[in-house]
Amino acid sequence: HEWVTSLGSQNYRLGITDFAQKQLGDIVFVEIPQIGATLSQGQPITVVESVKAASDIYIPMDGSITTVNQELESSPELVNEEPMGDGWIVEYKSSKTDQFQSLMNKAQYDEYIKEH
Amino acid sequence: STKQSIFQALDTFPKRHIGPNENEINEMLKSINTSKLSKKNPNSLEQLIEYTIPKDIRLNRELNIEENKVIGENQLLKDLKKIAEKNKVYRSFIGMGYYGTITPHVIQRNILENPGWYTPYTPYQAEISQGRLESLLNFQTMVSEFTGLPMSNASLLDEATAAAEAMQMCVNISKSKGPFAFLVDKYCHPQTIDTIKTRAEPKGIRIEVVDSKDFKFTEDVVGCIVQYPSSNGVITDYKEMADRAHQANALVVAATDLLSLALLKPPGEWGADIALGNSQRFGVPLGFGGPHAAFFSTKDKYARLLPGRIIGVSKDKQGNSAFRMALQTREQHIRREKATSNICTSQALLANMSAMYAVYHGQQGIKDIANAVHRKAIILAEGIKRLGYTVLDRPFFDTVLIITGDKTDMMIKELESRQINVRQYCSKSISISLDETVTSADISALLNGFSAHASKPLGLSSPEQLEKETSTISVISEEFARQTPFLTHPIFNRYHSEHELLRYIHKLQKKDLGLTTAMIPLGSCTMKLNATTEMYPVSWPEFNSIHPFVPANQSLGYKEMFESISNMLCEVTGFDGCSLQPNAGSQGEYAGLMVIRSYLTSIGQSQRNVCLIPVSAHGTNPASAAMVGMKVVVVDCDTNGNIDVADLKAKAEKHKDTLAALMITYPSTHGVFEEGANDICDIIHANGGQVYMDGANMNAQVGLCRPGDIGADVCHLNLHKTFCIPHGGGGPGMGPICVKSHLAPFLPGHSVVKGVGGERAMSAVSAGPWGSSSILPITYVYLKLMGGQGLKKATQVAILNANYMASRLKDHYKILYTGSHGLVAHEFIIDLRMFKESAGIEAEDVAKRLQDMNFHGPTMSWPVPNTLMIEPTESESKYELDRLCDALILIREEIREIETGKADRKNNVLVNSPHTEKVIVADNWNYPYSRSKAAFPTPATVASKFWPTVGRIDNVHGDKNLVCSCPPLSDYQ
Repeated sequence: HEWVTSLGSQNYRLGITDFAQKQLGDIVFVEIPQIGATLSQGQPITVVESVKAASDIYIPMDGSITTVNQELESSPELVNEEPMGDGWIVEYKSSKTDQFQSLMNKAQYDEYIKEH
Repeated sequence: STKQSIFQALDTFPKRHIGPNENEINEMLKSINTSKLSKKNPNSLEQLIEYTIPKDIRLNRELNIEENKVIGENQLLKDLKKIAEKNKVYRSFIGMGYYGTITPHVIQRNILENPGWYTPYTPYQAEISQGRLESLLNFQTMVSEFTGLPMSNASLLDEATAAAEAMQMCVNISKSKGPFAFLVDKYCHPQTIDTIKTRAEPKGIRIEVVDSKDFKFTEDVVGCIVQYPSSNGVITDYKEMADRAHQANALVVAATDLLSLALLKPPGEWGADIALGNSQRFGVPLGFGGPHAAFFSTKDKYARLLPGRIIGVSKDKQGNSAFRMALQTREQHIRREKATSNICTSQALLANMSAMYAVYHGQQGIKDIANAVHRKAIILAEGIKRLGYTVLDRPFFDTVLIITGDKTDMMIKELESRQINVRQYCSKSISISLDETVTSADISALLNGFSAHASKPLGLSSPEQLEKETSTISVISEEFARQTPFLTHPIFNRYHSEHELLRYIHKLQKKDLGLTTAMIPLGSCTMKLNATTEMYPVSWPEFNSIHPFVPANQSLGYKEMFESISNMLCEVTGFDGCSLQPNAGSQGEYAGLMVIRSYLTSIGQSQRNVCLIPVSAHGTNPASAAMVGMKVVVVDCDTNGNIDVADLKAKAEKHKDTLAALMITYPSTHGVFEEGANDICDIIHANGGQVYMDGANMNAQVGLCRPGDIGADVCHLNLHKTFCIPHGGGGPGMGPICVKSHLAPFLPGHSVVKGVGGERAMSAVSAGPWGSSSILPITYVYLKLMGGQGLKKATQVAILNANYMASRLKDHYKILYTGSHGLVAHEFIIDLRMFKESAGIEAEDVAKRLQDMNFHGPTMSWPVPNTLMIEPTESESKYELDRLCDALILIREEIREIETGKADRKNNVLVNSPHTEKVIVADNWNYPYSRSKAAFPTPATVASKFWPTVGRIDNVHGDKNLVCSCPPLSDYQ
């Protein structure tokens, strides 16, 4: 339940979906990952915590972390308020365009959460 | 009964332990009405059980406990006293983390021996737990100030397991993928080193035990541990070592002693990242090893990696300061195999005693005690020197190391003949640790003992003489001396007179709902009676004043009791061997899986590392499996909540070459005796695995069926659930394990006390050889007083009570899962999920509304989100069961008022609950319902009202703004 958007020049921005933030409830903490960490597809990047749940955030493509959303350190509620906007979590660089292509698009995802 | 002798005891126990009387039992059976199922034994307990527990696993005889003799409560205590008197209460100066202490009587009587403090549960329902939460916050504040590290938890199980937790925390902080190494100073307490090694091995952490001077911080080293002061008493300057560690990105752990820190520089000031130790000598009796509260503190930045429960400050709905358990997402019930630790139950009652000891004495009082202990050690050292012995010439706090050379054995015997225990440190030296109980006569007795074999002809001076002559000697130099103040918060400075402390203890107690107020229907927690007769022996000096490492011939009474308990627990479970060492259910799981691991290794099957765990399992199961390096594979449940046997079989077969174990809870966490439990065990065995049965629900089995007969190989028993040890507001607990004969050789041993565990014993899992020995009499008394018949009846009534409640509630709430005949086990789940849409009401609202009705809510949202799980236990009377049913039925009506639009969806009596006295008596009343509806909704509340002292707590605020030490005084009411 994550979203990724391409920022161009192999840069991508990642966050969690509105559906995911609703499931988690009030977010109280987002772990700030290390910049520069190189990860392969499916590895955990960071953890988002509410009072009742903790959810790992996985990187959907091979890549390395370039930027983290420092705002979340003091205002984790941004993830609830604007999950697809100011509540983004990290940016990473990846050369694996094919991995990006194979992710669900928004319409597919909307269909997916309807079914589940 | 017609032939009953006039001398037959009348003060028998089963009728006191079991809530409903015979008439009530019959009435309840009729209302469940199993007679519609068959005509055999209509509406009897036997018939109820016949349709609850599958036939093929039922035990068709009574348990052989005490040959079912009927013993009265008073006679049993007399018999037990005789056993207790086989323990010899000598003076012990052995040290090693356990010291004599004076438990202030006001604390002994009003906390340790007070059901207001020992019967509540872990403070999950924070609004009715503010008293002990405040006290636990005092504990955290105390620990933080003594150790110089700001973030403290609210206790761990013992010093040795705390050290093992610290090691794992260093690994987690490192974020490295391994390999990992952890350095251990050889001057740590031996039981600590032992427990660290046990924990490290399955995780592949390399342990190096060397002198801390020789620590080599190679790249794989994530941390190191030193004892401060050392096990041999020496105070060492670790600053330079700590700097070296930090340069190499390794963390420094200090195992330490609170009392010494009154005089010594706190570990946080010389570079330690984590401090831990045993708070026992702050007023908690020795108890032959426990229970005591271990403390654990660290830097703020590591808060989210801290193991165990943390108390934090938040706000309630009205904006008042309120306490709660913080950052629960670290813990096993949420994080499962990714949790920081598997620990659940800790040592709340003992932590509260230690905190109260600090509140009572304050900074100056503790300083005085520490100074006195230290001066007495100086006096002793000087006296022994004058007798011609060599005393290690290094700075010490309370422990004197004497080089006794060839005379060592002789000296130990000499002192033992004078009823004094000291520690044989090595073959050529003795160490003596002094404490606040030491008198001038004790020093004289020690010196007299040494003078019997002295090289110098009696140069004996009196302790008072020595006091004068040593008054200028200082052994703690400037560099080690503490400069920073401690216990500065007003809480530690206003309750030093007994009246003030007494009132403070009672002020806190009044805020908490324990079994002294109402039933606590927590599913999976078995909040049954903690009988006074069971608690009595805990305070006997023959049980509570014995050091865990005394020679075996001084603890023969304990030995006899341990053997008796072990045999009884084996009879109850159908197993062949028992270890009393695990200090809580979580430790039992860990120990049980470690025993399985040792066994598999012994038969050349060490590659087996897959642990199957049903999705419905308690979070501790996967957390424990992770601790022993097993890979968790989750097994599905079917729509009836039972284990999906096809999925289990497929997964067992898929992993047949690597299957190590299945962890299964029986009856299931859904409160049902599943059919085919024995087939499930067969599937696991056929694929090379072992079956671990979680004993959390043992209260539904005792006397009716047995884990060993069902096919399990090992199970743990929560003595604080099924076997009457009180919950203590969040501990102590005990989690012994019972095993089949093929596993018995591997039961855990102990490095200090020989003869513990199996003949191929794995190393220790706890600091104490028998865990928390001094609370075992509770279980002993329970089993002996109930006998086989009484235990069986108790289980039958536990199942009856649950079914009676379910039958009364089933027209009002959906009972989520039942067995094949529509019956539940000893607990059941009511489904509230539909009310979220129909009324905007969730499980939490119902639980908090119950607080308005003098109740503690049932288990919330576990194992199924947005449901409540109710376990009444056999100890609740029909009156109390009806009271809870009435309350829940009334709440259903209140929900209906929202559903029908009679009450507002956002502003109603449920979402605004609980209502505090302050809210009710406020001059302004702006709610759309009456004050009496809010606070006095039931006849019982009109007759006698229990007030929640704070309103609904804001959990989000608390986790976002973490405050884990005492807030400013203005926040207290």
